[in-house]
This record gives sequence, structure tokens and C-alpha cells, in this order.
Amino acid sequence: MTEQTRQTQVQAMSDTTIRVRQSLKKRYAREKRFRLFGMIAIIASLTFLAVLIISITIRGLPAFKQTFINLDVTLDAQTLGVDETADENALRRANYNGAIRNSLLELFPDVSSRKEKRALYSFVSKGGQYDLQAQVMADPALIGQTVNVWLPVGDDTSGYLRGHIDTTLPEKKRRFKDNQIAWVEELRSNGQIETRFNSTFFSRGDSREPELAGIKGSLFGSLLTLLVTLTLSFPIAVATAIYLEEFAPKNRWTDIIEVNINNLAAVPSIVFGLLGLAIFINFFQLPRSAPIVGGLVLSLMTLPTIIISARAALKSVPPSIRDAALGLGASRLQVVFHHVLPLAMPGILTGTIIGMAQALGETAPLLMIGMVAFIVDVPTTLTDPATVLPVQIFQWADLPEKGFVEKTSAAIMVLLGFLILMNATAVFLRRKFERKW
Amino acid sequence: MNKENTIPALDIDQQTPNEQTIEEIVASLGDTVGEARVENPKMSVSGVDVFYAEKQAIFGVDLDIANNEVISMIGPSGCGKSTLLRCLNRMNDTIPICRVTGEIMLDGEGIYSKDTDPVLLRARVGMVFQKPNPFPKSIYENVAYGPRLHGLNRNKADLDDIVVNSLRKAGIYDEVKNRLDDAGTSLSGGQQQRLCIARTIACSPEVILMDEPCSALDPIATAKIEELIDELRENYAIAIVTHSMQQAARVSQRTAYFHLGKLVEVGDTDTIFTNPKHELTEKYITGRFG
Ligand SMILES: Nc1ncnc2c1ncn2[C@@H]1O[C@H](COP(=O)(O)OP(=O)(O)OP(=O)(O)O)[C@@H](O)[C@H]1O
Ligand SMILES: [Mg+2]
Repeated sequence: MTEQTRQTQVQAMSDTTIRVRQSLKKRYAREKRFRLFGMIAIIASLTFLAVLIISITIRGLPAFKQTFINLDVTLDAQTLGVDETADENALRRANYNGAIRNSLLELFPDVSSRKEKRALYSFVSKGGQYDLQAQVMADPALIGQTVNVWLPVGDDTSGYLRGHIDTTLPEKKRRFKDNQIAWVEELRSNGQIETRFNSTFFSRGDSREPELAGIKGSLFGSLLTLLVTLTLSFPIAVATAIYLEEFAPKNRWTDIIEVNINNLAAVPSIVFGLLGLAIFINFFQLPRSAPIVGGLVLSLMTLPTIIISARAALKSVPPSIRDAALGLGASRLQVVFHHVLPLAMPGILTGTIIGMAQALGETAPLLMIGMVAFIVDVPTTLTDPATVLPVQIFQWADLPEKGFVEKTSAAIMVLLGFLILMNATAVFLRRKFERKW
Repeated sequence: MNKENTIPALDIDQQTPNEQTIEEIVASLGDTVGEARVENPKMSVSGVDVFYAEKQAIFGVDLDIANNEVISMIGPSGCGKSTLLRCLNRMNDTIPICRVTGEIMLDGEGIYSKDTDPVLLRARVGMVFQKPNPFPKSIYENVAYGPRLHGLNRNKADLDDIVVNSLRKAGIYDEVKNRLDDAGTSLSGGQQQRLCIARTIACSPEVILMDEPCSALDPIATAKIEELIDELRENYAIAIVTHSMQQAARVSQRTAYFHLGKLVEVGDTDTIFTNPKHELTEKYITGRFG
């Protein structure tokens, strides 16, 4: 090597260094910018999430509490219209409302005009009579005695007690009048008003009265519907995925099937509702509004989701495991069930839970098959009329009473709680069964 | 040997033969040199062609695998060693585009004939793969899987015996005897490979196929496995694919040299390594290409 060439080489090398240095600055700047954008995106989405959750919690929390009024109710046979010998039916239809009203009047003997009486009566929820009814029916000997009970207050009263009613407005413009305020304050100072945990919200079905409405009906509707969805879609989807991934020959037919499954996953859910209406209800004559139909429709919707994730999970099992088992003389079915499926299970379960979470939050297709009716009873079988949580939210959101506004948010909280629980389970499963090879 | 015929094959890149097609080059290689047949073969390959879709990977191979003998298959990368090996226990069935013609016999019965069940065949012809691939289960379960699958044990004690014996034969028992419940994947690479060998032996196969079993191992682990192969020879017929000339020389009694899907030369290992007849074999083992 001559001196000359060595010089040029050194020259060239430092040239490269300089060039790289120059470009480095640019590259780092680009990387910084990219990270910044990423941070901004994450902060923005977290902010939105926080705003959503906080606003819903603030609005929904009061619904988990309920205000009660303490009354001494005299259950005299005359007011009730029955005596302790009456049969069950008569007991059920007895005039408990009258007894409650009488006890309110006793507290405020000055009240005389009809208008004032109505204002006073509104203190106790219409549901108060059901509590009394339950007590009396359990023990008819109570008739003729005076019982001390805590009864739920009416919607307006509860609104006032929670400060939702603006007392600075002129009396004409508010639903809670001055005399009512005076009475309530008197009761409150006597310790006859108390706020407790709202168990009604979890123990009753829907109602026209916000203080009586609970989510038990729609919760059970959701559970029954999801049960149908899970039992149908999980085995079918897993079997489909196994067949397509492990056994089906790769030809034009399987290509077409694959494309169609992917397309199905993108079909708007309301289309599945229309399909369910046409096939399950109109053709197969299954009952309307029933969890079984809801479950069938939702399985159609979740099938592609589970199939796609199950196939991805099966595909991610390394081929060397299959080779190892085949090489030992396992049949293809044994290879799948002894090795591939167990390894793919966490992925499959994750996909299934995500599909179920989607199904749990689905509203549109269920509207099409009539799960939007006003249903008071808690469903117990798959053919009982039922509604589901998101539809219940949708219905309550439409109602003007203050109590329902709270209940809407509270129901959303319950729904979100379930969704978070399901997704957490998915993450937990993935962590727990994650394997390395 | 006609120099005119062989030199083009040497000059060109194997993957992209310019002007000459692979078929032409293969034709120019001439017939297999050396004795492909043995007395009383365990397995016998006759006129086998293998195609991946339209592409031919093996050209008319004749080869015998003898009892109680190790035969090594050597040759440049992509010459079809793995392909031929995988034909011997029909692992190629899992590749949809792979087509095998010709005849392969095990104890005089065609393994590609209609009455042969590939599942039974694979129980008789075991395979150890290039990359150790233990199941993500315990060491015990790894070895017990095969016997349990084929119902080789009568009871739990039997199975324990099989597992311990197989681990012993594979020369790994002492290292794992206190941790049989640990995951097979928690072992080192060399231990994993010996575990895979134990797993294969546990099925009591008659033939063991090994595809570059030591390519991922260090010299010490390699030496252990070579020793093991030598011991296993007493009871099994063994075919091993290897890229290491020294390994072929150390463990095998016969050697087959492949080139571009053609069996170029086969014979006693000593003869092949000291006195190769075919020019390509000589160039390969002296390290001048490949
Ligand atoms: N699954 C497959 N599909 C298509 N072609 C294949 C497939 N497997 C192997 N081949 C082709 O067959 C030829 C032989 O491959 P093979 O794996 O048998 O080579 P090899 O001798 O084992 O090579 P190496 O020493 O690198 O392992 C190669 O040209 C390869 O491209
Ligand atoms: Mg190979």
C-alpha cells in the first residue's frame, strides 16, 4: 500500500464519520419527535378515559345510595281492608298505601287540603307499599299492630335531599315546594331521614319508579344471553379454527371460507339482528325478547372474532412441536389435542373473552329481536322475556326523572366493571399460561 | 471421469444454475459411485424422486440402511439430505406440495404403500430433529409421552422404568434425575437434544433418523451425543445427516455424499474419506467448495 492510497483511505473514513455524524443529528431529532407524538397520543387518550370515568362515577355514585324515611305505620284492619284471617291473595291486594298515608298524616296533623296531602304523600316512594306487603304477608299477625319501618323516599324528595333541587328558584318553577321543604327538614332534624346503601338497585328488575328500578333483571338477562353465546360460539369457533388451521387442505375453497370469515367479523352488528329476526323469530318461531334468541344472534357475531383469534393462536404454536409429536407416532388429531391446543388455549381464551366482552356491550342487534321491551320480572329461563344491561342503559337514558339519570350512570359503571373484569381475566390468563420455548 | 462433464457443475452457484438446468447438471453427474446396497438392509430406498410442487429436490436415489450401522449423509446445503431423511418416516406428508415417487422399504414392505399406516411407521422409525424441540412439559412427561401413546407400558412402574432407562441410554439421566418434574425446556441446548433422543428411544423404534442433531451444540455436548450414537448402534439402524466431516468420520460406518439432489457416491466411511472416487466428493471433503 503506498502512502498516497493510505491517505485517501483515511480521508474517506473521516468523510464517512462526518456524514454519519451529520445524519445522526437528524435521526435522533426524528426519533425524539416520534416519541413526543406517541406521548401526546397516550396522554390524550388517557385524559379522555379519565374524564369519561370520572364524570360517570360522579353522576352514578348517588344511585348506589338510597334515602329512607322512618315511619310508625299502624296496620289496622279497617284501613288495609283485610284482617289476619284473609287469604294470600287478599293480603297481597290490601291497601298498604292507605296505612302509609295515614301515618304520614299523623306526623303532620295540620295538613288538610288535597293539594297539601298529595305533596306530603309524595315523600314515600310508591314502592314503600311493597315492603309493607312483604312484611305482612310473611307474618299476618302484624295486622292490628303498629310497626316501625324505614321506607324509600320518592324521587322528588330524594332529589331535594341530595341537593339536586335549586331552592333559590321561585317556588312555582321547582317540583319541590316550600311546605315540603319545611316538612322534610323537620323530619330530618328528628332523625327520621337516613341514607343507606341501595340494595334495591341490585335486587329488583326494571320499574317505572326510579327509586324502585334495579339492574337485576337486565343483569340476569345479560348473563343468560352470554351463557347461550358462550356455549354455542366457543366450541363451534374452536372446532372451525382447528379444522381450518390443522386439517383443511389449502385450496380455493378454504381461501373463500377464510375471506368470508374475515368479512363476517366486519359486518355491522345490526345486520346480525335483522338476520336473527328473520331466521330465529320469523322462521323458527322462537319467542321474542328471549335470551336464547339474543344468544344465538350474538354467537353469530362473536364466532368470527373467536375463530380469527383461535387461528392466530394455533398458528403461533411452533411447527417444531408438531414435528416432535408426529415424529413419535402421534396421529394428527392427537398432535392437536395433546400439544397444539393446550399451547394455543391462552390465546384462544383471550380471544373468546374479548368476543364475550363485545357481546356483553352489544345493543343494536338485540333491539331488532325485541329485547328492548319494558320487563319488570327477573328472567330465570332462556325463554323468559328479558333485556340486557346495555339496552337497559339505553332505555333509562331516555327517561327524564333525576333518579333514572343517576341509575343510567350507575348501570354504566356496573357494565364497565364487568368489562374490566373480563379483560383483566384475559390478561391474567395470558400471563399465567404464557410459555416460552 | 470425464472432466468436461463435471466442471460446469462446480463453477456455478448451486441455487441459480445459469444456462444449464438442474436436470442437465444432475444428468451430467453420472451414476452413483460405490455400492448402495448391503446384505439384509433394514431400509431400502429405490429410484426415489422427490418433488416440491414442480421443483425436483431428489433425483433417482438408491440407498440401503443396514442394521446395527450408522450411515451418514453429507453434502452441500440444499442438496436434499433432510428431504430424503424425512421421506424415510414420511414426515414429508405434512408438506402438502411434497410428492414422493419410487419405493422405500422397511423390512421388505413399502412404506408408501396403501397398507402402511404412517403413524405406525413413525413409531418404528424415530426421528431427532436439528433444533432440540422438547415439549413444554416436564422432563418425565417428555419421555413418557411416546410409550403412553402407543400403550407400551402396562402400569405406572413400567412407565417409570422406560423413562429412566431411556434417559440413561441417552446419557442424561444423572443430570436430570433430581428434577424430572422440571420443564424440558428449562434444560440447556445440549441437554434438550439428549432429552429428545431419550424421547425417541423410549418408543423403542427400529430405526433412528437424525437431522444435524449437533448443529446447535458445543463440542462437549457434541462429543457426548456422538458417543451415544455409537452406543445406540448396537440396537438400532441409524441414519444421520451432518455438515461436519469429522463427525461423519467419527460416528458412521458408511457415508453417502449428495449433490444437488443426486446421490453421487456412497461407500465405507474410511474409503470415502481416504480415497473418494468421484471428483465432487473429493472436492467436498477436502473443503474446496460446499
Ligand atoms: N418445504 C419445502 N418447500 C419447497 N421446497 C423445499 C422445501 N423443503 C426443502 N425444499 C427444497 O428442497 C431442496 C433440498 O432441501 P433440503 O432441506 O432437503 O436440503 P438439505 O440438504 O437438508 O440442506 P441443509 O444442509 O441446508 O439442511 C432445497 O432446494 C430446498 O429449497
Ligand atoms: Mg437440512
